Amino acid sequence: MTNTTTRVTQSTRGPLTPGVPAPDFTLPSGPGQTVSLRAFRGRPVILAFYPADWSPVCGDQMALYNEILSEFQRYGAEILGISVDGVWCHRAFAQNRNLHFSLLADFEPKGAVARAYGVYRDADGITERALFVIDGDGVVRWSYVSPIDVNPGADGILQALDDLAPSGAR
Amino acid sequence: MSRKGATGVLVLPVGERDHTQGLVDAPVTLVEYGDFECPYCRQAFPIVKEVQSRLGARLRFVFRNFPLTEQHHHAQHAAEAAEAAGAQGAFWQMHDRLFERQFALEDENLIEYAQELGLDAGRVAGALAAHTYKARVREDFMSGVRSGVNGTPTFFINGVRHDEAWDVETLTKRAESSAS
Repeated sequence: MTNTTTRVTQSTRGPLTPGVPAPDFTLPSGPGQTVSLRAFRGRPVILAFYPADWSPVCGDQMALYNEILSEFQRYGAEILGISVDGVWCHRAFAQNRNLHFSLLADFEPKGAVARAYGVYRDADGITERALFVIDGDGVVRWSYVSPIDVNPGADGILQALDDLAPSGAR
Repeated sequence: MSRKGATGVLVLPVGERDHTQGLVDAPVTLVEYGDFECPYCRQAFPIVKEVQSRLGARLRFVFRNFPLTEQHHHAQHAAEAAEAAGAQGAFWQMHDRLFERQFALEDENLIEYAQELGLDAGRVAGALAAHTYKARVREDFMSGVRSGVNGTPTFFINGVRHDEAWDVETLTKRAESSAS
């Protein structure tokens, strides 16, 4: 009964959709460091929520984004990875995979930012595999939730950045 | 949920630029985006060969480069070496050799493989030093990114990303159903 209620609530709410202001947040990006969404005002931001560090495949989602940072930079876009893992876990993962972008710890209160974006999985205690592209004015311009076990790749993100470019790129 | 566009669809059609095995008019085209240093691609190597042998003339196979250079420090040069061999008509021989000897992909190994295959190894060495095929490899890579490649190996069967397992049975079954 409880489960059913939860599911209904989740599906009713769902991920934030285009046109909605992106909720601001400040999250740890490392021991003693934080990152705030508003700091990127004026540039597109890609938020990549993912279930957990250490997925056991070559070229997992974060590794793929790491390979194409230069493409994101062509749009002046910043990419931020977000999961409920803690800062030390993120640090070890980032070092192991040689990642060159920030992984944010939505760790305490657990999943609070994911909830604000409508992509927290209550039953599993992890976030959805969800992507948001936010424009320079802080408005969500594109969102996508992938099946939890399917790495969505980067084609949707690049398409969304293309779509922003005529009016959105600054 | 909002639009994602046509995800998981091959945006760069198979054409003249590609390295292919099999007939142009084969009913099934299997495209692999792969990385010569990726252990999963190494695993997939004999699997693809088996699928090719099962489907015979009904299958055309295409390999495109998708080197994950931040994780695999030899992958970029290995891809360029395969292209350099390709320029001498020996892409597939080098492709096979690189997977067979994945444990040894230093530049000197790549050049040694070119020698073993009877190629002009000096030309291969020169192409590596000059990054002659860097742009070509990047073109493969970006075509994959734009097509929704999400790791290595990623397969496309008749232009549609194959999201299931890539064991022999599953790949054969999907390829056969695309053939009919």
